[in-house]
Amino acid sequence: MTDMKKTSLTLGPVYYLWNAEKWRDFHFRIADEAPVDRVVIGETVCSKRQHFIEPHLAEVVERLESAGKTVILSTLALVTLNRESKQIREMAEVSEHLMEANDLSALAILKDKPHTIGPLVNVYNAPTARLLASRGATRICLPPELPFSSVKEITAELPDIDFEVFAFGRMPLAISARCAHARSKGKIKDNCQFVCGEDPDGLPVRTLDRQSFLALNGVQTVSHACQSLLGELDHLVEAGVRSFRLSPQDCDMVAVAKLHRAVLDGAVDADAGVAKLRQLYAAAPLANGFHHAKEGAVWVARTRSLQAAWPA
Amino acid sequence: MELICPAGTPAAFHEAVDAGADAVYCGFRDETNARNFPGLNFSREELREAIAYAKRKGTQTFVALNTFMRAGAEEIWYKGAADAVALGADALILADFGLMAHVAEKYPEQRLHVSVQASASNPDAINFLVDAFNAQRVVLPRTLTIADIARIGKNIRCEMEVFVFGGLCVMAEGRCSLSSYATGKSPNMNGVCSPASHVRYRKDGGELVSELGEFTINRFPAGEAAGYPTLCKGRFDIADSNGYAFEDPVSLDVMGELEALKAAGVKALKIEGRQRGKAYVAEVVSTMKAALNSPPDRRAPLLARLRTMSEGQKTTSGAYEKRWR
Repeated sequence: MTDMKKTSLTLGPVYYLWNAEKWRDFHFRIADEAPVDRVVIGETVCSKRQHFIEPHLAEVVERLESAGKTVILSTLALVTLNRESKQIREMAEVSEHLMEANDLSALAILKDKPHTIGPLVNVYNAPTARLLASRGATRICLPPELPFSSVKEITAELPDIDFEVFAFGRMPLAISARCAHARSKGKIKDNCQFVCGEDPDGLPVRTLDRQSFLALNGVQTVSHACQSLLGELDHLVEAGVRSFRLSPQDCDMVAVAKLHRAVLDGAVDADAGVAKLRQLYAAAPLANGFHHAKEGAVWVARTRSLQAAWPA
Repeated sequence: MELICPAGTPAAFHEAVDAGADAVYCGFRDETNARNFPGLNFSREELREAIAYAKRKGTQTFVALNTFMRAGAEEIWYKGAADAVALGADALILADFGLMAHVAEKYPEQRLHVSVQASASNPDAINFLVDAFNAQRVVLPRTLTIADIARIGKNIRCEMEVFVFGGLCVMAEGRCSLSSYATGKSPNMNGVCSPASHVRYRKDGGELVSELGEFTINRFPAGEAAGYPTLCKGRFDIADSNGYAFEDPVSLDVMGELEALKAAGVKALKIEGRQRGKAYVAEVVSTMKAALNSPPDRRAPLLARLRTMSEGQKTTSGAYEKRWR
């Protein structure tokens, strides 16, 4: 249990376009009430949205730091334009904060400067993680798609690197140059009028048989199901994972963070934690299939309760 | 500009060489390459013979090892690289940094190409791969406009190769786990997208329903031709509308932009389609080669012939054209 208590929680960047005041107040409340150790902030999905949060960035950073949280600045997940590269370069030059790489260009710019790796960079094996660490990465959040068998291999191979996994949130599954979100509302990317702001938790994509399937978030496609590794935290900690990422959804993220902390601290049993999480984020079913090397959309019940049913 | 052609089988490889390919790309019959489909790809012996044939005809062979190494099983990819080098591959097409680092260190003389799966979409990213691994060429993601490509070309220290014909990924390549969300199998990890093993067709009233894993990807009313349920080319319900949410079932064709691509500094043109049969490869390669060798004002009939070979005969210029976004 001591090992479980040594773990930390990271709040990931808000992937969705939230109203600027909502975004600010959300982080103020995280600063004041959430038991997270670090908070990643900044636009990650679409550079067109960047100006919305800029007026509030300084006050959010200050509030989070006053509360003892480490602030990490996020970078764009898909960089194609000059001004996007330039923005990352300038941020790297002037910022005193740790930055998080989500694209190859940030890896290039952040070389030899301590930085973190976000879950959108393809780290599938230890040689890749070792290479990134040799270039200054201090913490690596592994991709949501990675099965536990791979997580274990990587952490065992590189015990000195801090590894994080994507423990809560709709899974970022794809990103495109094209904006399906704008297209679904009769616009194109260059004239989008920020219609993605109408869907703070993503715009549902259902199959023609009305199955809930995916959600659109601007140029990003996320899963309908919400990844939860609450039931697997003990195995992950045992495997050497040091921190867990909670990716903001439009729900009470303070309560989500408290619940994860409570399960890590042993104050709440994992099964009870999962039941509680289903209430806290009722908008989507929970899934942990990727962890179990299955379809990302599926939920695999805890083996422990199955084992408990058999004589020792 | 060079013409880079696909080969999923030794027969298609021979056809591509005979039809005038400047280079043919292919992969081993395992999870090391992103077209790991049943009945496709090359054994070591088949690759040895193919490379020998290509060399006699003055054609290059590129070997794609462009999936991401499975943790703990890196030896499979290392062995693939070692064998491809030993068999005389002219270039290795790689996506995984760990594998790039390994190849750059072990075989410093070997030409290394950055796969589209690496998603190097800007000069910083590309120059990083040039500096770190001595990459000689980058296959650009299908997320860029021709203007973007021209700008990138001026700012990088390696050659550019672009896709001009065949299948079209709507999502940034190498960064998509839609397929594994629905099937557990992904391009990055298993070299497959929307795999046939998880595809089902069923009748529902008068409609034909195509499914991938547990999810409906499309419904075709009687009389409408049914397509393969590639996830991002399906019809879905969004808000009050339903239709092709990400992309119509079209394929890429930017052969009409040859001059613009040349002016942008593109070194090589790539045809998608290692899953295609030898007749298709022969026809597409010879037509494209003829188009490349013709003056611009004589190309129209050749390009019209090409269009009849496209998937569903509907084509798009994709992200190369800004309005697509």
